[in-house]
Amino acid sequence: METKTKRRRIKDLNFWEKIYIPEIVKGLSLTLRTMFKPKFTMEYPEVKFDPPGSYRGRPVLVQEENGVERCVACGLCSRVCPALAIEVQAAETELEKERYPEKFEINMLRCIFCGFCEEVCPEEAIVMSKDYELAFTNREEAIYGKDKLLIPVKDLQDRIDFLRQYK
Amino acid sequence: MSILEIVIVALIKIVIVVGAMLVTVAYLVYFERKISAWAQNRIGPNRVGWHGALQPFADLFKLVLKEDIVPDNADRKIHALAPIIALLVALSTYAVIPFGPDLQIGGYNISLVVADVNIGVLFILALTSLGVYAITLAGWSSGSKYSLLGGIRSSAQMISYEVSMGFSVAGVLLLSESLRPVAIVESQSGWMWNAIVQPIGFITFLVSAFAETNRLPFDLPEAEPELVGGFHTEYSSMKFAGFFLAEYANMIIASAFIVTLYLGGWQIPYIDKLGLAPLLETILCLGAFLFKMAALLFFFLWVRWSLPRFRYDQLMNLGWKVMFPLSLINIVWVALLIMIFGL
Repeated sequence: METKTKRRRIKDLNFWEKIYIPEIVKGLSLTLRTMFKPKFTMEYPEVKFDPPGSYRGRPVLVQEENGVERCVACGLCSRVCPALAIEVQAAETELEKERYPEKFEINMLRCIFCGFCEEVCPEEAIVMSKDYELAFTNREEAIYGKDKLLIPVKDLQDRIDFLRQYK
Repeated sequence: MSILEIVIVALIKIVIVVGAMLVTVAYLVYFERKISAWAQNRIGPNRVGWHGALQPFADLFKLVLKEDIVPDNADRKIHALAPIIALLVALSTYAVIPFGPDLQIGGYNISLVVADVNIGVLFILALTSLGVYAITLAGWSSGSKYSLLGGIRSSAQMISYEVSMGFSVAGVLLLSESLRPVAIVESQSGWMWNAIVQPIGFITFLVSAFAETNRLPFDLPEAEPELVGGFHTEYSSMKFAGFFLAEYANMIIASAFIVTLYLGGWQIPYIDKLGLAPLLETILCLGAFLFKMAALLFFFLWVRWSLPRFRYDQLMNLGWKVMFPLSLINIVWVALLIMIFGL
């Protein structure tokens, strides 16, 4: 394959390029122009990044409007998790879905945000949220139980729409 | 003036100059970070104080609190001596830089230079070359190969660039016929700035000054990607702060020296035609000096964030094969000017 730009060596430079100074002036003018351009930095604690639906933040469990989780505790997410971060314990329930997770824990120190759990879930019950602010002060705190994992379905609509469109 | 008055005036001048210098160093570091940020589409430090204005003091506080580590292999005495030499050299050079014309206050005639010595230029050249010892000794005494390489590079670089620096200064001295900084400034009245009369000498001196102060594109003694931290790899806490302070102080000296030698010092062209009050004129001249210095300092920072580092052989080629002949050509040029126009 032929490359378009020929590599230039010292012998290919013309006189003005060889005496450096005009080229240095070019470089300096570029940086000077850059100094007055708008900045892209987001000043984080004050301004927060609002991720699009395709963003993979921490995995959460979908909570229906009636307050029950969608999860049927099939254990596929726990099975597929490459980092072994998910632990599920199933129990029986009187509801139509018959099974529910008695205990559902994700160890956020192990989670690698790959999204396999969400991909494998037959019930669309575990999805990746937009939450990227994860900070703990000890290891016990890093294990998220059902209390932290359950998020109302309306807060996850962006991600669910994204999944239905592209999965 | 009696002896006592002379001593008091000199002390006041020293305190003002050193104090102003330290504050300038602090804010030079701040502006270095700001300008590097702006040149890279970032915002830069803006958390401590108004737009980050207290950042240098926070940095200093951090350095003071750090643990001072001396490696086992180090020669402890020389290791401690090196930053002291660097600071001593950086701080004492200010003595001979003239900041403005004579100031008349309450019947006193005070010259705005700490020590108006006849050999001012020699004094500065001598002291800045002593600064090499600080870096070389730091590299040698650390007992680390990276430091040693940095120190060796530094001495080779300084020797190469000192030559062209000295020859460029010779051009200035031919015109001023004096080594007194005040006389050199006065010889550049009107638009007869040496930067305009001898542009080649100005460029060689400017480039050599970059090399002398170890600034990018000539910061090979501390080339981060190759030598970890170069000569200050094994330094921490206040010893490191000493080198840091000395580097920025050297930059300020270099720009003050360039203003004195090439940019007409404190002079504003044709200001005497305006017929201002003497005190106002003095203050304006002092302001002009500081403005020229600030512009040069900005140039130093601007170049650092624009140009990549030279390779070592390129540095030596540039020093010996380009800068040295150019500075010789400059001397011939100035001599011709004097012969033809009798300047």
